[in-house]
Amino acid sequence: MDNYSLQSPPFEPGKDAVLPQELFTRAEFSEQAGEDTGFTNYSYWRSTLNTFFKSHLVKVIVVLVALLVLFTLLFPVLTDKDPYQVALSARKWNLPPSAAHPFGTDGVGRDIWARVWHGTRTSLILAVAVAVVEVGIGVIIGAVWGFYRKLDTLMFAIYNTLTNVPSTIYLVLIAYIMKPSVFTIMIALVATGWISEARWFRSRILALREADYNIASICLMTPIRRIISRNVVPHLMSLVIMSAALTIPASIGSEVFLSYIGVGLPPDLCTLGNLVNQGRSAFLVYPYQMIIPTLILCFITISFYVIGNKFADASDPRNHI
Amino acid sequence: MKRYYLSKLGQAIITITLVVLVVFALLRFMPTAGYFSKEQWKDMSEPEKTAYLRSLGVLDPLLVQLRRFVTGLFSGDLGRSIVMYPNMPIASVLGDKMAHSLLLNLLSWFFSALIGMPLGLAMASRKGGLTDKLGTLYVVIIRAVPSIIIHFFIQIYCSRWLGLPLLFYLEQPISWILPILSMSIGSIAGYGVWLRRYIVDEENKDYIKFARVKGLSQRYIMWRHVLRNAIVPIAINLPADFLLMLSGSLVIESMYSIPGTGGMLIKSIKAMDNPMVQVLVLLYGALSVFGVFLGDVVVSFVDPRIKLVDSNG
Repeated sequence: MDNYSLQSPPFEPGKDAVLPQELFTRAEFSEQAGEDTGFTNYSYWRSTLNTFFKSHLVKVIVVLVALLVLFTLLFPVLTDKDPYQVALSARKWNLPPSAAHPFGTDGVGRDIWARVWHGTRTSLILAVAVAVVEVGIGVIIGAVWGFYRKLDTLMFAIYNTLTNVPSTIYLVLIAYIMKPSVFTIMIALVATGWISEARWFRSRILALREADYNIASICLMTPIRRIISRNVVPHLMSLVIMSAALTIPASIGSEVFLSYIGVGLPPDLCTLGNLVNQGRSAFLVYPYQMIIPTLILCFITISFYVIGNKFADASDPRNHI
Repeated sequence: MKRYYLSKLGQAIITITLVVLVVFALLRFMPTAGYFSKEQWKDMSEPEKTAYLRSLGVLDPLLVQLRRFVTGLFSGDLGRSIVMYPNMPIASVLGDKMAHSLLLNLLSWFFSALIGMPLGLAMASRKGGLTDKLGTLYVVIIRAVPSIIIHFFIQIYCSRWLGLPLLFYLEQPISWILPILSMSIGSIAGYGVWLRRYIVDEENKDYIKFARVKGLSQRYIMWRHVLRNAIVPIAINLPADFLLMLSGSLVIESMYSIPGTGGMLIKSIKAMDNPMVQVLVLLYGALSVFGVFLGDVVVSFVDPRIKLVDSNG
């Protein structure tokens, strides 16, 4: 930059600066156009969605995830295949994929196609429920924590107790104490996860309170209602969506881990975790029994990671221009 | 400096106390079947069971039990295992198992930091380049595929292709390779991605731009300014990471049948050996709290700001 200013000749008015007048035409005075410069019809959500869907990868992933969710939710209505139907004759055990059984059958003749979609359904519902409850608790407690600084001592003590000890240990312990069920897993996951969410939202809310643009709004006498609806809530909502999207893959991963250990979930229930672990024992002979549920699981986790991260980028107003 | 250490130590002690209380309270909800060995559970009648529980002191008021447990801890008496190692003192069971876990964890911790940190540095220094893209792909795969499946593939395929032993034997160091690989593969990704992130964050700061404008070389900026600041949040986690691995290797130890402490927790939970679960959870808890404390100590050496704040205040 320094070099540039040294090389270029000094500016001399009247020498090079003369522009031919005929290139310019006088514009009509327009009150409308004058007003427009003072008002932008910037909408946070529209810009966020526009930025979010600008990437083709995101478009494809969102469509695929929507289809997957729709399909798994409607699956019990669409077919009458029972995922728990055991075949008595050994000839129907461990069948390779075919027209009747698109993904084959498992070691006791249960149709893997039906089991996989039922399992995806259960796992997705579990993960979404955990995400909603965890992030919900996180936002509420984080907000209270952020506004009342007196809570710091208490909350940090809880935070240290819960996060300094590996969450697996609490997870295993809770799952062990309660009866195996989907609800137990949910409680275990929420109980270990809420405090990190709360801490994260606390720091966000603290930053939000002190943010320059909020101070500017207050100085400009913007009504509080408008500050909350225009400045605070949209920002918070995008944080909520982002952390919910990122919680989903984590919950699914924990579910696989718990079903590997064999605590928390009833072993005969169809979930992705159970399917993957059951397929694992048959992997060397019938690899597809493990590969198929694993692929679907990976698709779900990668999709939600991408959606969460891209949404985080898109929700940042600095990326809207 | 002293004040900083003391306050961190105080925090650690409070945390451990809370962990003891929480674990203790949680374990009172556990099925009482965990206090019997299998034969006892089958043969004893209902009143006999109650009498047995009373003799163990499980039916005493909570506070009395707590006092007994805590005084036992301080005198080094961890209680006795019931199902897993009938009537053996837990302390003697744990002793040699700890050695195995420590050995493997130390090695894998060393390797993952040794590989992960340069990976992060390489990814950050050519942001958007091939290394960065490959590294990101690696991180995405590690995060998306359930770790159990990754460990499983490593065990099956690496042992076949590389001709390595499928299970762990202490006498054959060659059989240590796969468990260590499994243990490090996730934390390498962790170190890589976080270091990259911290370096990138740091490079966007004003003082780095200023250093560039001053004409300092990229090398000098990276080693003297960026890395010293970016390493702080990693360094604070280093000791905790090592101790966390002790519990993280829970799956790997049971896969390679390593006679360590990791598989113990799962086994004792499945066997419903309550005193064992209690001690193990407490042990892991205490270790990780200690790890966090060590992290605070380490960071006081790495981060010059802590010294400054302390001497001024």
